[in-house]
Amino acid sequence: MRINISRTKIKDDFVAKVEEISGQNLLACYQCGKCSAGCPAVSEMDILPNQIIRYAQLSLKDELLKSKSIWICASCLTCNSRCPKGINIAEVIEAIRLILLRKRQDHLRVEKLTDEQKENLPPIALISSMRKFTS
Amino acid sequence: MKISYYPGCTLKNNAKNFEDSTLCSLNHLGVDVEELPRWNCCGTVFSLATDDLIHHVAPIRNLIRVKESNSNQVMTLCAMCYNTLKRANNRVKNDPESLEKINNFMDREKVDYTGDVKIYHLLELLRDEIKFENIAKKVTKPLKNLKIANYYGCLLVRPKEIGFDDLENPVVLENLMAALGAESIDFPYKTECCGAYQTVDKPEIVADRAYYILTSAQEQGAEVVAVSCPLCAFNLDHRQKDTLRKYPEFKNIPVLYFTQLMALALGCSKEDLRLDLHYIDPKPILKEKGLI
Repeated sequence: MRINISRTKIKDDFVAKVEEISGQNLLACYQCGKCSAGCPAVSEMDILPNQIIRYAQLSLKDELLKSKSIWICASCLTCNSRCPKGINIAEVIEAIRLILLRKRQDHLRVEKLTDEQKENLPPIALISSMRKFTS
Repeated sequence: MKISYYPGCTLKNNAKNFEDSTLCSLNHLGVDVEELPRWNCCGTVFSLATDDLIHHVAPIRNLIRVKESNSNQVMTLCAMCYNTLKRANNRVKNDPESLEKINNFMDREKVDYTGDVKIYHLLELLRDEIKFENIAKKVTKPLKNLKIANYYGCLLVRPKEIGFDDLENPVVLENLMAALGAESIDFPYKTECCGAYQTVDKPEIVADRAYYILTSAQEQGAEVVAVSCPLCAFNLDHRQKDTLRKYPEFKNIPVLYFTQLMALALGCSKEDLRLDLHYIDPKPILKEKGLI
């Protein structure tokens, strides 16, 4: 994959937006990789949690907004609890999801769920999925 | 002892076994439980965005219900409700600006919330107020020879600000099980995520998670898994159907709420245990151990 890093990109408001919504200082990350090492969902991810932070620092907006990973993270908070720099990685990923959701780009299409998918689902599953994946 | 109780949505249907076994156990332990009037859904997940105050209104409204019932403390059973209520409370307690805004958002609430309700998870109440040694004295049917894997999941222990036990190696369930006469096994997946709400549109992820968590527990000799969250319970129990489809060598294992095991040890009846609400039937192993 070719990645284009540029000064204009870094000055784009995406970085500021992610920092504002997440309340996190992205530059605190020194890429130790502990977040990705402990993440139970990495096998499903295309960009790993430590890479998400690096991409966000560099404002690689398109790559992040298109990534599978932001919808794989289930906010289990293992990364947050292990980060030696106190960065809440899950909050950063939530901010990236919200940038899409706030433009009404829902990830979950409730109306498209089949009867088989809905079978026996407890309310707690449906409500949390809608809270995380719809606007 | 008297305590206000916030059930949350799933306790009233899919997780009726969680609620009934808890109410029976607490009755045996001499706790007077009072369900909150007019409670509403807590939202299930705590909003992680700094600017998203509106989603904290639902949990805060429930805390106002606690105040209205002349109480300063409330107990929840569901790990997700516990997490959401406690984090929303911390948010407003530590940030007067958020508190004021949320109070202004709400219409027709007689009481202004001030952040002063204490939120207990049932396990915390059992450990710190009732105390395990007192529970041990009330055990009529010790869970002898039953090997249990205690699964905590995520939201009971994380983040640190709300957890009431060690982040990486919680032991509250193990200590409770010891008081009930059971043997707990140690396994490395006890605080690893079950996939949570991915179960709605990506059940294959949850089937994988269930495979790793449950196989690890079985390798250490577990005969049943104890959980404290209705979403973990659904994922680890009902999704075993998908796990077996993907991994034919997988062996099923019953998943119970820790309160069902407690109720069993305290002598609650079958109507209170609701062992009929499981996908993997726990009755054969409990019969084999002479517990039912």
